[in-house]
Amino acid sequence: MNDKIIEALLAQFGEEGVYGIGESHGILQVTTEVENIVPMIHFLYAHPVFKFQFLTDLAGIHFPEAKGQELGVIYHLHSLENNVRLWIKAYAPIEAPNFPTITDLFATANWMEREAFDFYGIIFEGHPNLTRILNMDEMDYHPMRKEYPLEDATRHDKIDELFGR
Amino acid sequence: MSEIALVNSPNVGLDKTQKGGPYVNELSTLNLGPTHPATHGIFQNILTMDGETIVDAEQTVGYIHRAFEKIAERRPFYQITTLTDRMNYCSAPINNMGWHMTVEKLLGIEVPKRAQYMRVIMMELARLTDHIVCNSILAVDTGALTGFLYVYQWREFIYEIYEEMCGARLTTNMGRFGGMERDFTPVAIEKIQKLLKELPAALKEFEGLVMRNRIFMDRTQNVGGISAERALNYGFTGPNLRAAGVDYDVRSMNPYSSYEDFEFDVPVGTKGDTYDRFLVREEEMWQSLRIIQQAMDNLPEGPYHADAPHYYLPDKQDVYHNMEALIYHFKIVMGEIDAPVGEVYHSVEGGNGELGFHLVSDGGRTPYRLKFRRPGFIYYQAFPEMIKGTTLSDAIVTMSSMNVIAGELDT
Repeated sequence: MNDKIIEALLAQFGEEGVYGIGESHGILQVTTEVENIVPMIHFLYAHPVFKFQFLTDLAGIHFPEAKGQELGVIYHLHSLENNVRLWIKAYAPIEAPNFPTITDLFATANWMEREAFDFYGIIFEGHPNLTRILNMDEMDYHPMRKEYPLEDATRHDKIDELFGR
Repeated sequence: MSEIALVNSPNVGLDKTQKGGPYVNELSTLNLGPTHPATHGIFQNILTMDGETIVDAEQTVGYIHRAFEKIAERRPFYQITTLTDRMNYCSAPINNMGWHMTVEKLLGIEVPKRAQYMRVIMMELARLTDHIVCNSILAVDTGALTGFLYVYQWREFIYEIYEEMCGARLTTNMGRFGGMERDFTPVAIEKIQKLLKELPAALKEFEGLVMRNRIFMDRTQNVGGISAERALNYGFTGPNLRAAGVDYDVRSMNPYSSYEDFEFDVPVGTKGDTYDRFLVREEEMWQSLRIIQQAMDNLPEGPYHADAPHYYLPDKQDVYHNMEALIYHFKIVMGEIDAPVGEVYHSVEGGNGELGFHLVSDGGRTPYRLKFRRPGFIYYQAFPEMIKGTTLSDAIVTMSSMNVIAGELDT
């Protein structure tokens, strides 16, 4: 099944639209460009065989070292009919972390996207109500980004170097 | 909060000069929560009411947000287990073992059969407690206190089994990477056997009181319903999705921890209303008992944990008397052991649905990114759609039957 999905995606979006193909513990993953997200998810949703019609999860992620591709979104789709899962990943620069919304296709994406916005500052264009969800409204930063270390920077008892890590 | 309520209220811009008195067509705003005895947790609903009918609802969540995903990025893997306890605290062992299985998948640890069966037993006990709480409190919310008292003592009894297995009751921290921290004690086995023998009578008594009760049926049938299509679109999983008629159960679809060895039915409803959710949970309790019975009957002999000294926290006796155990104990407790690079997703059937762990590891001692897929967070957003056009009392039982748990909602 995974091979067929890759074949169909490559035929539809070409090699520049589908790359980073891999499999991690049985789950297929592909990487794509931001502008391909909506067409790809719609294509997989409407496909007569694959029927990826269940959005399991949507996770934001931050890679500070990947210049120009700092912020990413992982869409976790599940085809309940075939019992196949698929991760679609896309990355955007931190200066303009704009992603399209998929709330028109999946009602469940509403809060998931709000959560990714809340914690990573990813802007989902077209979202009906893109506001913070778990943190307080007055917060002026996005706390899950890697530039905010969890513990107090003045603490010296947990520096990795001291433990040879 | 009050400003937001005012701005979003349909009251703004309403023509109040219409004939028929000042109160005709006037919508009012009602704050249900953040703390309200009927909501079983800290979440706020700003309801726009037309008389007693709910016109619109706006939810505010996050009152007990504790930044688990951020904290997890700083903690060694063992210390994350205690975070998972505090998500769905009505069924903490499922969360613990879901997390352990996720890490085992990353590390490639093969868990012995006995440990898998033990996990199944503990997870089904946790499902029992979860459903006992949800269903009996639903009965309380409709005004029936007695049934709640009959079954709640068995939840207490299951907590005693937890105590026997891990020493804790609510936030259990049960199990280790690679298996369980201890074998079943004779007391634990005795208690599980007693539960299997005596819980059915209590459950039957509860069902006899509630299930065909005219008042209960009137309060719950055709209340807070959702179609299968909308439920899937909203990402429902677990009993709430099955009540709508979709037989998606992680235990049968992607079996983990030897669930494929057991015979059990996946009950489904038809309408997805509050009564169906109640019935599905009732039937799941019977199925859980069935699974526990099978697991107890066929409990394999052998070790109760994998031979994985780098990751399995050694027995305390060994730590005192065995040099290697002491070294590994120190390394594990201090979080000195690196995990391999990889990305892994593992999901278990939690009390409320698919509980997923999306773990990205960069080869360090802590996860690079850990995303919890909390079923409660995902399906709670359908609540306004489910209660629109109903009354306040219907909204209370709808929320109760959805089993929204604040800890899971807010991580």
